[in-house]
Amino acid sequence: MSDNAHRVEFTREMKKDYTILTPNMAPIHFELIKNVLESDGYHIELLRTTGREIVDEGLKYVHNDTCYPALLSIGQLMHALHSGKYNLHKVALIMTQTGGGCRASNYIHLLRKALKKDGLDYIPVISVNLSGLESNPGFKITLPLLRKAIAALTYGDLLMLLKNQVKPYEIKEGASDALVEQWTLTLTKLFEQGKAFTQREVRDYFQRIAKSFAQIPIRRREKTKVGIVGEIYVKYSALANNHLEDFLFSQGCEVMVPGILGFMIFKVDNRLEDIKLYGGSEAKKQVCTLLKWYFTKYESDLIAAVKKYPQFTAPAPYAHLKELAGKVIGYGCKMGEGWLLTAEMMELIESGYENVVCTQPFGCLPNHIVGKGMIRKVKNLYPQANIVPIDYDPSATQVNQENRIKLMLAVARE
Amino acid sequence: MRIGLDVGSTTLKCVVYGEGDTPLYQEYERHYSQIPEKASGMLTRIQERFPQVERAALCVSGSAGMGLAEDLKIPFVQEVYATRAATKKYIPDADVVIELGGEDAKILFLSGSMEVRMNGSCAGGTGAFIDQMATLLSITPEELNNIAMDSQRSYSIASRCGVFAKSDIQALLNQGAQKCDIAASILVAVVNQTIAGLAQGREITGKVVYLGGPLTFLPQLRVAFDKILGVEGTRPENSLYFVAAGAALSGPGEEFDLKEITQRIAHYSSSHHYQASSALFSSQEEFAEFEARHQRDTVPTDAPLLEDHIAFVGVDAGSTTVKAVAVNSQEEIIFSRYLPNSGNPVPLVRQFLLELYEKYPDIQIKSAASTGYGEEIIKNAFGLDLGVVETIAHFTAARKFQPDVDFIIDIGGQDIKCFQIKNGAIDNIFLNEACSSGCGSFLQTFAGALGYEMADFARLGLFADSPVDLGSRCTVFMNSSVKQAQKDGASIENISAGLSMSVVKNALYKVIRVVDAKSLGQHVVVQGGTFLNDAVLRAFEKEIGQNVTRPSVSGLMGAYGAALYAKEKGRGESSILDRRGLMNFQHEVKAITCNGCENRCRLTVNTFQGGARYIAGNRCDKPLRKGGKTTQYNLYDYKRQLLDSYKPCHGPRGTIGIPMGLNMFELYPFWHTFFRTLGFGVFHSPESDRKLYFRGQHTIPSDTVCYPAKLLHGHIEALLDERPDAIFYPCMSYNLDEHLGDNHYNCPVVAYYPEVLDANVAALSKVKFIYDYVGLHRPKDFPKKMQAILKKYFPPIPEKEIRAASEAAYAEYYAHMGRIRQKGKEYLALAQRENLPVIILSGRPYHLDREVNHGIDKLICECGAVVVTEDSVSDQEQKFPTGVLNQWTYHARLYAAAKYVVDSKDKRINLVQLVSFGCGVDAITGDEVRSILEQGGRIYTQIKIDEITNLGAVRIRLRSLFAALGLGTEAAENREA
Repeated sequence: MSDNAHRVEFTREMKKDYTILTPNMAPIHFELIKNVLESDGYHIELLRTTGREIVDEGLKYVHNDTCYPALLSIGQLMHALHSGKYNLHKVALIMTQTGGGCRASNYIHLLRKALKKDGLDYIPVISVNLSGLESNPGFKITLPLLRKAIAALTYGDLLMLLKNQVKPYEIKEGASDALVEQWTLTLTKLFEQGKAFTQREVRDYFQRIAKSFAQIPIRRREKTKVGIVGEIYVKYSALANNHLEDFLFSQGCEVMVPGILGFMIFKVDNRLEDIKLYGGSEAKKQVCTLLKWYFTKYESDLIAAVKKYPQFTAPAPYAHLKELAGKVIGYGCKMGEGWLLTAEMMELIESGYENVVCTQPFGCLPNHIVGKGMIRKVKNLYPQANIVPIDYDPSATQVNQENRIKLMLAVARE
Repeated sequence: MRIGLDVGSTTLKCVVYGEGDTPLYQEYERHYSQIPEKASGMLTRIQERFPQVERAALCVSGSAGMGLAEDLKIPFVQEVYATRAATKKYIPDADVVIELGGEDAKILFLSGSMEVRMNGSCAGGTGAFIDQMATLLSITPEELNNIAMDSQRSYSIASRCGVFAKSDIQALLNQGAQKCDIAASILVAVVNQTIAGLAQGREITGKVVYLGGPLTFLPQLRVAFDKILGVEGTRPENSLYFVAAGAALSGPGEEFDLKEITQRIAHYSSSHHYQASSALFSSQEEFAEFEARHQRDTVPTDAPLLEDHIAFVGVDAGSTTVKAVAVNSQEEIIFSRYLPNSGNPVPLVRQFLLELYEKYPDIQIKSAASTGYGEEIIKNAFGLDLGVVETIAHFTAARKFQPDVDFIIDIGGQDIKCFQIKNGAIDNIFLNEACSSGCGSFLQTFAGALGYEMADFARLGLFADSPVDLGSRCTVFMNSSVKQAQKDGASIENISAGLSMSVVKNALYKVIRVVDAKSLGQHVVVQGGTFLNDAVLRAFEKEIGQNVTRPSVSGLMGAYGAALYAKEKGRGESSILDRRGLMNFQHEVKAITCNGCENRCRLTVNTFQGGARYIAGNRCDKPLRKGGKTTQYNLYDYKRQLLDSYKPCHGPRGTIGIPMGLNMFELYPFWHTFFRTLGFGVFHSPESDRKLYFRGQHTIPSDTVCYPAKLLHGHIEALLDERPDAIFYPCMSYNLDEHLGDNHYNCPVVAYYPEVLDANVAALSKVKFIYDYVGLHRPKDFPKKMQAILKKYFPPIPEKEIRAASEAAYAEYYAHMGRIRQKGKEYLALAQRENLPVIILSGRPYHLDREVNHGIDKLICECGAVVVTEDSVSDQEQKFPTGVLNQWTYHARLYAAAKYVVDSKDKRINLVQLVSFGCGVDAITGDEVRSILEQGGRIYTQIKIDEITNLGAVRIRLRSLFAALGLGTEAAENREA
């Protein structure tokens, strides 16, 4: 039992005038999620801070052998608390808790320890989880909120996907980034009005978004196609991966980063797999099946919207990823990104992104298995695969990381 | 004309081609980080040689050349790619290329499916590693190569990281092992590292080509590669220049005006900015104040011998230096020496004593003590009276300078030691783990690499205007941080200052793990040779925000403390060798293999005149035939005996082999019973050892996973030898629920390592490998699920039989755990009765493996304590609130064991946690166990283990713990006195 008895809860009163500081993982997605939460009455501050100070704060408060994502998120929050910008008695912090068997479920406790070390343990920390690990009276993930959040995440996936496919070819530099920004504003306005959430609206906006990206004037050029997979935070966060996407763009690559929705479906599906492998309750099974079905609808709409335009590569449906994974690894392998990471590598290779950067925090336990551990099997199936695992941590240097990526690119361009 | 320029981490190479494929010119030199100067110099020489050529194609390669090429818009080719281009040209039939560089190691598989591999960010086994090791032996890398030829035997040296290897080598040196054998072992370690880190399951066969500096200059390294790979590799004539040649050959051919580009390179300063910290001193005045302040902590080192002629001697045989001090009856230093330990401390101490007798012919040494790594050998060699653990020696000395001292930090050649003092006794100890260096030898190695003496190098940084912020990490990482800083244009001065700061940060944040550096204590004493550098001292004061005391004899404190200790504990007469004894002094070293038990330790036997012997290298005290205080109450032994009682058996349904690794150390009784009851034959793989590890190392895909997991690759190989019908090693996300935590997971590595084995051990495809997902946590569902799994591999088995076997298996498992708990209770009661200290040696079931725990359990017994395990006491606690999410079965036991220690209120019961290097989960559990213990006012001790075989540091730790608890020999002597 973790020490929940002494935990400071986020109360209903706090919801009114507390600012919730949020670490940033995926810029497009989190911006949208933030707006969803704000439309629900929360005051959210999405931290955009970067730089060495974040790492230093993290090093001070978190055991140095802890994974890099924990170190950075906690570093970012502590840095914000120390910045003097916020009234410390009117802020709360938020942290996700996946609830799996990897260290990530413990980030929130490490954050509380950090606060305690600093005498700031009166600041409430909100856990975002779908496992019922911790609850707060002032922060409830209600079904409507969950629906909105899922919609926002999927919009994020679509915007990221299309931006990545247009940006390398755009004639007017910055056009696709500007379009992402424009859509973020538009969607935010719609969210405020309570719109763009229903399945029908979502399907409609998906198509409009896809159309708008298809209309950006482009010039096709030879680009090296690179996929990025990895531990979820390092994969998306530029702070963690030393601006990997930008670096790859600058090296003449087109980048594909698999979205977050797949990960959500994966986490739900894991529960079904658990029941299949070890036995379990029928009721739980039904709830999860329903949830999975619901998520999958969004996925189908997204794929359909993208597929309308043959110039775009649509992501493969979850079911296909699962089928691929089944060739090399067991479905019971679920901690961290689990078999999904291996499947993403395979799917990327199949859809023409034969060059894959596998990002992971140094010493990431699940990645020993599903990342580095599976490369051999993946290469046996796809001899053309060109995979480079890259470790990220507070002192791994950019020059070493970039050097390895350049090697991969040199091989790619044979 | 085409020019290829290879800017490596330590050297610069160029190759010039004309029309043909034969180079017209090539050159090689060390660049000492002055890349623009050296590169433009090299280009200028090319122009002098070919004055008629004005324009030429230029292409850069090499990790340190990336930034320069990018900024000056010179084409850049990645170095491995360049190597391949050159190999295709010159050795088209090559199958594998092995290229070792200053800081990189690479393998290129050319035939078949092409693959290129580079070492990860955590990897020794490169040129820099060999340089470091040579420095440690006080020889050049070339000399290391030469003496390696005479080697008779080899020792196992950890090669993953220079820091580990250093402690292994230090231990060997102090035990008196031959330098030539160590040199050869270092080269073997490099080979093993390359294979373990880079081959990743792919066999190195066919035509093997050796490239790069180390493989060019060190023929013995090539010999080692040949021998271990079983090939006859070739080294082409121009093996240093392949990268440069490849750059010239594969570049896009863009031409440059040579004069102009040379100028641009010469004036190149990076456009990037590195992260800088504030200067150490803002003004000369500040420096003057600093100097004057530290002047005050000066004590004379040349006091006279008083009329009573009485003196006391202390020797500190440290990891890289030997310090020796003699004091008079007023505790003033009358004679001292601070000498680099070039491998063998014995002649240095002999010389010291001879000089001491020479200077004071009528001296009467009343007592003498030794401390440090070489404590035992020095004590035995010269007949010193006492040995004292380093921590106590340092505390004794520090108290002399600052009676109110409440915090001591000592940064020596290889160790960082910090102790907190409360109520006049050591209250808490921090030693650096094997993975964090940041000590004196670290500065020295960097200074050497950049072409400086250490003292000069450190001084350079004093007035640096914007020191590089290098963070805090181990040497291997630091190398690349420095490389990055150089790329970003940091000057030598700023790098020097940055390194001094990183030493300090490493100590503070990595070893002591302070949050608030300002809260260390009111009276901080700093010591150890490294603090003799003003830059380090200043960086420390700045970081903690207060002034500290640095005794002028900072480097001698261990020896001085030992002398004071000798005076305090002396018995009136000393058995130290006199002048004549020293003149006739003889020291012989012989290496033998101990046949006392199946460990077959390689021992070094030091024999001194008069037959005094000192034996090292032993894992137990059997060869020493010492009686003494060793206890025989070791629950680790008992658990091993229990496992041994599950004998191999035969059965009509076929034979099942089980690898003895990770969770099988606990679940073997379960599976053995289950399969035997079903009518299968069952056996497990043999006990782990180094040889077994090496057998499997070429199939390890991730070199940073923990050692217990890596060992499984060897176990699988061993099982395959026995040709079982199936190998059984299931995946298990969940463990059994012991109701001590919120969930009952296994860690990801324990849960899924069978997946890694299936994916990477090719030979497993030849056998039925059963690695399905199994859930023992649901006993009701288990039989049905298991029936379905077995059906995939064997003819159907009736459910009834499976049910019966499951019931028997669960019953046996619980009976087994019950036996452990019962024995634990017995031992605790016995300790109570006989007033013996108890150590709860806490880890995971697999820490039972002797190859994993390196006999630490026995070592604790030798200290006179009773050893019990975490799983023998955890059931005596209920689930209780913890500061972390308590979701792993094995780890919940750790918290419970810590709670048990606190609840026992018995100061003689303490906890030592074993942590395997690379265990991500223990980053969390370690902190939590510490906080449970410290909240209960108890000391937390963690021992990090990996492939290392050096128990010296562990011994110091344990002795310090016992000393701090008032249970050690020091305390015992105290009581006697």
